[in-house]
Amino acid sequence: MAEQEILLTMKGLRIEGRADEEWIEIVKGVDLTLRRGEVLGLIGESGAGKSTIGLAAMGFARDGCRISGGEILFDGIDLRRASETLRRELRGKRIAYVAQSAAASFNPSHKLIDQYCEGPVEHGVMARGVAEKDAMELYRKMQLPEPETIGFRYPHQVSGGQLQRAMTAMAMACRPDLIIFDEPTTALDVTTQIEVLAAIRNIVEQFNTAAIYITHDLAVVAQMADKIKVLLKGEEVEESDTRSMLAAPSQDYTRSLWAVRTYARAEQAPVAGATPVVSVRGVTAGYGTIDVLKNISFDIHARRTVAVVGESGSGKSTTARVITGLLPPRQGEILFNGKPLPPDYRRRSKDQLRQAQMIYQMADTALNPKQRLRELIGRPAQMYLGLNGKKLEDRVKELLRLIELEPAGYIDRLPSELSGGQKQRIGIARALAAEPQFIICDEVTSALDQLVAEGILKLLDKLQTEFQLAYMFITHDLATVKAIADEVVVMKEGVVVEQGPKAEMFQPPHDPYTELLLSSVPEMDPDWLSRLLAERAVTGVAESAGN
Amino acid sequence: MIGFLTGLLWLLGGIAAAMAAGWLFRTLMVTISPRGVAKEMRTAPLTASFGMLMILIYIFVAFFAHWLAPFSETAIVGREYEPWSSVNLLGTDNLGRDMLSRLIYAARNTVGIAFVTSALAFILGSVLGLLAAIVGGWLDQILSRTVDVLMAIPALIFALLLLTILGTSVINMILVIALIDSTRVYRLARAVAMNIVVMDYVEAAKLRGEGLWRLITREILPNAMAPLVAEFGLRFCFVFLTISALSFLGLGMQPPTADWGSMVKDNATLITFGDITPLLPAGAIALLTVSVNFVVDWQLHRASGLKE
Repeated sequence: MAEQEILLTMKGLRIEGRADEEWIEIVKGVDLTLRRGEVLGLIGESGAGKSTIGLAAMGFARDGCRISGGEILFDGIDLRRASETLRRELRGKRIAYVAQSAAASFNPSHKLIDQYCEGPVEHGVMARGVAEKDAMELYRKMQLPEPETIGFRYPHQVSGGQLQRAMTAMAMACRPDLIIFDEPTTALDVTTQIEVLAAIRNIVEQFNTAAIYITHDLAVVAQMADKIKVLLKGEEVEESDTRSMLAAPSQDYTRSLWAVRTYARAEQAPVAGATPVVSVRGVTAGYGTIDVLKNISFDIHARRTVAVVGESGSGKSTTARVITGLLPPRQGEILFNGKPLPPDYRRRSKDQLRQAQMIYQMADTALNPKQRLRELIGRPAQMYLGLNGKKLEDRVKELLRLIELEPAGYIDRLPSELSGGQKQRIGIARALAAEPQFIICDEVTSALDQLVAEGILKLLDKLQTEFQLAYMFITHDLATVKAIADEVVVMKEGVVVEQGPKAEMFQPPHDPYTELLLSSVPEMDPDWLSRLLAERAVTGVAESAGN
Repeated sequence: MIGFLTGLLWLLGGIAAAMAAGWLFRTLMVTISPRGVAKEMRTAPLTASFGMLMILIYIFVAFFAHWLAPFSETAIVGREYEPWSSVNLLGTDNLGRDMLSRLIYAARNTVGIAFVTSALAFILGSVLGLLAAIVGGWLDQILSRTVDVLMAIPALIFALLLLTILGTSVINMILVIALIDSTRVYRLARAVAMNIVVMDYVEAAKLRGEGLWRLITREILPNAMAPLVAEFGLRFCFVFLTISALSFLGLGMQPPTADWGSMVKDNATLITFGDITPLLPAGAIALLTVSVNFVVDWQLHRASGLKE
């Protein structure tokens, strides 16, 4: 490809954020060059300044942030010195932004096409009628179903993946020179993710648009970007083109990011003849008149991890709610160590409640923001085991040490004074405090960066061997399954599609749905997406399994 | 024209003095209070610190009315409607009682009763509201529909009606206003708690087997505190105004008890003679209401700003 002209340059970009009446530098002198038609992947952990840099490319700083140094040149225009009017003129028209959650970014009370047309009409690029035609054209290019009519629906009337594609189409409305994608597929299932990735790549190539693709998922960035820049705490670690970066990263930090995906623990051998800790027997359950679960059965043994896998809406979390007793089943029962549990948690004894604990997906909402760690972790120990005073404090300290936090520095902190990974560790400590036999982990790593997530998985693994715990691990991420599961249960639309030991599950032959899930997990190979799409075009798998 | 300019000057001077007082008070508080409080105080805007200063002064006056007032609350010390003099600093009222003394005593009566009433309304409304949100189902239906019915009747008219039936006494007035205002608190508490009960940490506490009382006091109430405190400030002002309105209508505080509302009513004739004395109790009401709202605004802003 011939070198194209340079579209965006940032030199020594510095951005400060305000915390406690002080300005703290969050982006420390980052350089960046982007040519027309080029896709740059920005990767790093949360707090690395990825999104902040992405927004700075539009000459914009979030509330409480300011661009304090360096220069941003977009097509010869100095965005830092440009007037607000000029910048507003550029935004939407020549630079567009696609946010992580399309559901939160669309105005729920306007139709998709109205929101699509707003940009071009406002900027005087197209008349309303032309814009509508154009929207349908782009919807077709984004492979949305019924492109002529889908625009006349409201955001809640289309699925998450479709919404994300509609959002990308909207960003393309004025045919911008530059699009910033801020984690556009993070909130999607693997199977939907593929469709969105393919659509984005397709449209960016067609219109020769430059893009900055922000993500923490390396395999995704490998599919999308021409070159990759790795960030750590507001500083650049390294930058090079995708292939050489994947083949031979030069920095230790980059290598550690790469290594995360190779973590896998030793599989636990099943104990023959032992009574399972938890046994789900023919459970049918649902809300109102709809059955969300249809005749589900599986066993979980001590020291073993059963991963429950499936797309959102497949009934994974509902299964957890049935086991914990929040949703009494219509049929079937839950056995605990061979004895049936009362279906409603209110009828379970204290000891029955103690034996089954839960770790939640969003540590932010799972920890009471007004309670200190002392109380958060101490309460189950106090309640179930009757510990008090000095004994309770010692127990809390011991638990903090178990989750690898220094007791003295943390015991009196509030959840808001912890990082995401630390919060999730507190969730684990709270579950452990009850000294349970069985823990349900509901997507515990899906909100975390890969490095942090790996730490959590290792910790869970260590605790499992130490306390003979049985885990039920709900996830949609097959990489996690590969890393920690002993047994896999694949669910789709409330039915168990396939179940068995991990080794068997990752070996063919598969159920077609399992096959689709497995093949949709992005791989680090930059040609993976193209190859997969080519394969699917031949076999038509995507068609048969798409909603 | 000259009169207008002088008025404007007075107004500007007053605002400047208030700002200065607020600033002085804040500086004082920052230096004398412990570190945690000092840090909070430093973020307080001038309006809020002025409000706090005023509230403290009101509380001080209410507590030490005995020592501060030159005359007794009910003693007749001169002729009716005497002008301001060195003996009766703010003159006398329609029965010849000392105006300043009555203003001071009324601070105790009016503010005290308003505080008790809003506290009562608050306890009743928020406990029931939180309970309705957690338990839900039929309890929520019964409570909410009852509240809807009560709220359908205009508050002042309803209060007048109940007081006419029950008879006018301080206790009755407190109970009636507390009941009417608790419906508003109930609605807010229920709405706030509804958003909190769906949080995972409440679910976790339920699954742990926590009782209802602990769910309310440890899990939900601490997280609902910010909006409830703000509401308390506003509710206090409304209660205050309701009491004054009732007293003005003759159904509130009964003579000879001093009360700002009835003091305005009793001395209203003086206004026709260009005397501003009857406006002083009204001014006292206005100043306290504004001060409380300054503080509440600050607290609200802080609570919402900290939510990330």
